[in-house]
Amino acid sequence: MTDMTNTDIMLEVRDIKRDYELPAGFMKPKKTVHAVKGVSFKLERGKTLAIVGESGCGKSTLARMITFIDEPTAGELIIDGQKMDTRPGHLTSEMRQKVQIVFQNPYGSLNPRQKIGDVLGEPLAINTSMPASERRDRATEMLIKVGLGPEHYNRYPHMFSGGQRQRIAIARALMMNPKLLVLDEPVSALDLSVQAQVLNLLADLQDEFNLTYVFISHDLSVVRYIADEVMVMYFGEAVEYGTREEVFSAPKHEYTQTLFKATPRADVESIRARIAKKKAASAA
Amino acid sequence: MALLQIDNLTVEFETATGWFRAVDGVSITVEKGEVLAIVGESGSGKSVSMLAVMGLLPWTAKITADRMLFEGKDFQKLSPADRRKLIGKDIAMIFQEPVASLNPCFTVGFQIEEVLRIHLGLDRQARRARAIELFKLVGLPDPAERLNSFPHQMSGGQCQRVMIAIAIACDPKLLIADEPTTALDVTIQKQILDLIMDLQTRTGMGLIMITHDMGVVAETADRVVVQYKGRKMEEADVLSLFENPKSNYTKALLAALPENATGDRLTTVSAFFDGNPDQVSGVNA
Repeated sequence: MTDMTNTDIMLEVRDIKRDYELPAGFMKPKKTVHAVKGVSFKLERGKTLAIVGESGCGKSTLARMITFIDEPTAGELIIDGQKMDTRPGHLTSEMRQKVQIVFQNPYGSLNPRQKIGDVLGEPLAINTSMPASERRDRATEMLIKVGLGPEHYNRYPHMFSGGQRQRIAIARALMMNPKLLVLDEPVSALDLSVQAQVLNLLADLQDEFNLTYVFISHDLSVVRYIADEVMVMYFGEAVEYGTREEVFSAPKHEYTQTLFKATPRADVESIRARIAKKKAASAA
Repeated sequence: MALLQIDNLTVEFETATGWFRAVDGVSITVEKGEVLAIVGESGSGKSVSMLAVMGLLPWTAKITADRMLFEGKDFQKLSPADRRKLIGKDIAMIFQEPVASLNPCFTVGFQIEEVLRIHLGLDRQARRARAIELFKLVGLPDPAERLNSFPHQMSGGQCQRVMIAIAIACDPKLLIADEPTTALDVTIQKQILDLIMDLQTRTGMGLIMITHDMGVVAETADRVVVQYKGRKMEEADVLSLFENPKSNYTKALLAALPENATGDRLTTVSAFFDGNPDQVSGVNA
């Protein structure tokens, strides 16, 4: 790895593991699923790590462990130079404030009966003793930051489009001034043009607040655009880990190569090649 | 004669605030053996126009068209019974959510044999033999065993293979694939697309590929129709669409692809286009 003396490491994960136990049934012994089988990485402040893999590879489980939703079975989690005690009841609210998460489905992650203002004010109401008027100001400020307006404060989630809802989810995650943001497929459910807007917003916010992103995605073109470092997961293991240039120019693992080959290419040369191939096949 | 010729198709739904026009004067033709891609974002009417062709829209939808010809027969003049004989046999459709499109209460074998019984009138043994043959064709391992599986016992990719087997069971002349790979992983997407394209070349059927993914368009289509808010924005062969897009909306879509990013921010649609379909000089506008 690189010289460790003067780099500013935001997140370090050491050999983290997570097993799930399936209960025994009639004629069925107890079974253990190893969802994450020992993953390690280091991430500098202000950088983006993209985690790629297909469904069931453990990438979301990893995200849940980093955000303290799930307790790791083994391994260490060091955030902002501080070793996290992830046992239930040992996490202080101060630790939790440092890490926030944005989920994939903007339709499912907002309470349909809660106004947007309350969605954004709730983290402050729980974690601080801020008076209501100040919470309101902070929420309005954040709405403007993510490209919405003060007029949206009193509206309900169903009145927004998918892209706007994802902006709200991002705003909610930023209310406690986190240092690390875990984004679990934040643009997978969005249209191409909206996806571009949300990716730009994420880039703007990263510059403004010096945020560190763990970006989970299965879309390699998005990853190539946003990531500084890339990790490819396959059946709970990190099969490839390096800088974006390393991974994209010279993928080492067989699975990464398969993944790159499978990704549809939308450039003119590949279309030309395909058409030529088709012509040759039909002529033969 | 074109395989499918639709002229000036309009689909409207009644809402609390009046009639909403989901498809607005779209014309589409597909030749025999041609792969046409219809691209658009959600709400562009790409699925609705094809559901109108299939006759799968609820009765509340108001469908008008100058012509809806399939092999010279006008769908609008056919009786519902005659139309049902064509749908599922000569025109088949694959949907986006494979697991949701199959009936969870019946085995996949029953569901594919049902098609063979209704449209081809095969007897029990012939149905079973043909079902196994079809499952083999779409690359399901252990086809005879698989016939007895229920949809929930199979993965998403396998369910999509079953859907494809059902769709091609009667050797359709036109296959409509509505976002067939959106719900699948990249590696599985590749397999399913390869399978569909392979079947298309082998049987020479017409194929309409509905998608929002420019990558899928680039990998499959001969000709492309771009739709936005129910209107046709542009129609071109695939190479000229990517090389030299005519309408502002297509330009915007291509610029928004992350792989086309220049600099450290993506170009958004608003840089080209204020969202008003009237502003675009589309082929059909």
